[in-house]
Amino acid sequence: MKRILLGAGLCMAAALALSAPAQAAKTLVYCSEGSPENFNPMLNTTGTSFDVALPVYNNLVQFEYGGTKVVPGLAESWTISDDGLVYTFKLRAGAKWHSVGDFKPTRDANADDVIFSFERQWKPDHPFHKISGGAYDYFNDMAMPKLLKSIEKVDDLTVRFTLNQVEAPFLANLAMPFAPIMSAEYAAMLLKKGTPEKLDQVPVGTGPFQFVAYQKDAVIRYKAFEQYWGGKQPLDNLVFAITPDAAVRLAKLKANECQIMPYPNPADIEAMKKDGSIVVQEQEGLNVGYVSFNVTKKPFDDVRVRRAVSMAMDKKSMVSAVYQAAGVPAKNPIPPTMWSYNDAIEDYPYDVERAKKLLADAGYPNGFETDLWAMPVQRPYNPNAKRIAEMMQADLAKVGIKAKIVQYEWGEYRKRMQQGEHQMGMLGWTGDNGDPDNFLYTLLGCEAARPGGNNLSKWCNKEFDDLVVQAKRTTDIAARTKLYEQAQVIFKEEAPWYTIAHSVVYVGLAKNVAGFKMDPFGVHRFEGVDLK
Amino acid sequence: MLRFILTRVSLVIPTFLGITFLTFILIRLVPGDPIEVRTGERGIAPERLAELRHEMGLDRALWQQFLDYVGNVLHGDFGLSLITHNSVLSEFLTLFPATLELALCAMLFATLVGLPAGILAAVKRGSLFDHGVMGASLTGYSMPIFWWGLLLILFFSVGLGWTPVSGRLDLVYYVEPATGFMLIDTLMAGDYEAFRSALGHLVLPTIVLGTVPLAVVARMTRSAMLEVLGEDYIRTARAKGLASGRVIGMHALRNALIPVVTVIGLQVGTLLGGAILTETIFSWPGVGKWLIESINRRDYPALQGGVLLIATSVILVNLLVDVLYGVLNPRIRHAR
Repeated sequence: MKRILLGAGLCMAAALALSAPAQAAKTLVYCSEGSPENFNPMLNTTGTSFDVALPVYNNLVQFEYGGTKVVPGLAESWTISDDGLVYTFKLRAGAKWHSVGDFKPTRDANADDVIFSFERQWKPDHPFHKISGGAYDYFNDMAMPKLLKSIEKVDDLTVRFTLNQVEAPFLANLAMPFAPIMSAEYAAMLLKKGTPEKLDQVPVGTGPFQFVAYQKDAVIRYKAFEQYWGGKQPLDNLVFAITPDAAVRLAKLKANECQIMPYPNPADIEAMKKDGSIVVQEQEGLNVGYVSFNVTKKPFDDVRVRRAVSMAMDKKSMVSAVYQAAGVPAKNPIPPTMWSYNDAIEDYPYDVERAKKLLADAGYPNGFETDLWAMPVQRPYNPNAKRIAEMMQADLAKVGIKAKIVQYEWGEYRKRMQQGEHQMGMLGWTGDNGDPDNFLYTLLGCEAARPGGNNLSKWCNKEFDDLVVQAKRTTDIAARTKLYEQAQVIFKEEAPWYTIAHSVVYVGLAKNVAGFKMDPFGVHRFEGVDLK
Repeated sequence: MLRFILTRVSLVIPTFLGITFLTFILIRLVPGDPIEVRTGERGIAPERLAELRHEMGLDRALWQQFLDYVGNVLHGDFGLSLITHNSVLSEFLTLFPATLELALCAMLFATLVGLPAGILAAVKRGSLFDHGVMGASLTGYSMPIFWWGLLLILFFSVGLGWTPVSGRLDLVYYVEPATGFMLIDTLMAGDYEAFRSALGHLVLPTIVLGTVPLAVVARMTRSAMLEVLGEDYIRTARAKGLASGRVIGMHALRNALIPVVTVIGLQVGTLLGGAILTETIFSWPGVGKWLIESINRRDYPALQGGVLLIATSVILVNLLVDVLYGVLNPRIRHAR
């Protein structure tokens, strides 16, 4: 009994015994939302996993902090051949590798590391290709194997990429999280020791923060890398405290147990904005939620019907009821944070009378019957597709259209939509590389209109397609912007989609955090962040 | 006694098989496989899907996968996680001490508060104290864990600042895990500040996880005590002139404990179930949170292994309770 009492004393009396220990100077705690699969972004597809690797690694090129513009990374400069097929990167001299555990680098980053990092993903016979499952989803999704012809070392600090075809977004692809530069020397050491999988668990990079330790599902620790080529960070330590529940993340932020929290509950945002101790940052996500009209099926082959349906639905009410603070109505297929967004375009107004007239002109004075597909899962661009479908159903009934809601299991749903089985169906897209091509060509180009392709409306408009293909084959940004702006005008006139919304993403910060910027790709980066 | 234990152990084998089979089938009935769930809007080329399914061994017949799995488990091989590619057993063993530490503290809390409260309520039957204990335990029993946890966090951590919001240890401390039990590891490291921090982090999760078992133990103790207190031998003991404390402590409590011990044993299952929610609220790095993530990612080996290993610990505790029951009540071990 005495022992039990002692144990109870230990457990229960702690509240009284507590005194808050002093925080070490310049340690920023980030309340992350989940545990990473591993520390190698080549293998992953989630923002949670990208976040933990970003402090450690550099890519050849990277997105500017808080934007989608491509700026130098481990490569300090690059040239593109006149035919657009050869990219030559000049690497930074003196970029140091981190030392972790018993790995002490003997050389700076060089061309061998670049070749190692790409060949691991590209060449099936590479000794690291099969390690840790070897599913390089993004590398494959961005069609890199098809695109790359060769990667050669010109000298220690020069690497040459040769492509099979001109691809303007190629540079942006290299800035994506799947293309970090890893140490070939570290990999060789691990292979020799028989623990190659450690490469994906104990990361060694050239980035601003050096990995210290990971306690599974609890804490990830980094420290500022003194010899970082960009200079030492203002912070000394960076800590990820893994906190899956949004309400608890907010409580931790309020109790100053962490200084930055992502993904608050939409319902908490108003209160957070009123709280004097918290700064709320917000940004439109790089995504779009939409309804696809299948133009190969009646009655959506008629543009008047597509326009009528677009006017029959009350977008504003839908977005404010379902997204609340976490969404803004969309008028274009690309999000407003993306370059070439055409703000001059006017959305179809909510106008039941005009919708009825258009339907009558198209030969459907009494409306028609259609299906309306809704995703069974919550997605970043659509928190509740079923609820939206119900609101659409009610609106459409007012113009005589009887919509039947259809749902399938997620994998099946996506496959059938890609096959074009629907008449009207909801889906969306989250941008990968910040390039408009990633939306306009990928989702609306003629090549993707084949059965199984991502052009769900199966809408192939020659004029539109010429513009986006031409933009893909041009490397001049100003010229591309004009082409994409024009393409968006055609899109709106032809109405292959009813654009619903772009999500709005929030981050809560403690008042003393300085220099943090939200990233349009939805990842969280800490370069240059400071505590005042 | 040995025969009694062996009989109990032999009954465990079909339970194991049943659990293995059910977990195996149930997770596969949930729509989406490990590849499908991580594929976004872009989808996946059918050839690539087939290739990945082959690599993960998901293209074989279900019965074949099941037999292989059982065979491997019998050899102590729980497989590799499909997501992290670490051994399931080593992941489980890294996280289980955290769950166990929390569950033990919660059980201790429930027993130490519930037992005396139940005894007092029985002795002072019909008093204000009795009604208070019964009302409070009914409330505790019906408390939704998630709501209760958040309420305590908002009041004690955010409002009063007495306890930390979540986690196992303040982030300024770093203690190399030796046993995985934070209280022991911090003491072994000789870092008393860290030990205090670990204790502080245990307070709220212990209360939240211990609330339901506390209510059950208090109610069970009260009713068992009431029953025993009405027995003839208690009257005899009192008539002999024994002190009231001795009658209650020696004569009544020992007999009343038998059903209470059973209930405490059964609460272990509840504790591990409750741990899943408690761990999520308090960002407690235990197996509960790990299992939830395994379900979301359709990490079949991790989920199957995790459930099987937790079931094993629940079965072991129940076995222990059965044996203890036999010790407390000789009639049971002599029954067969």
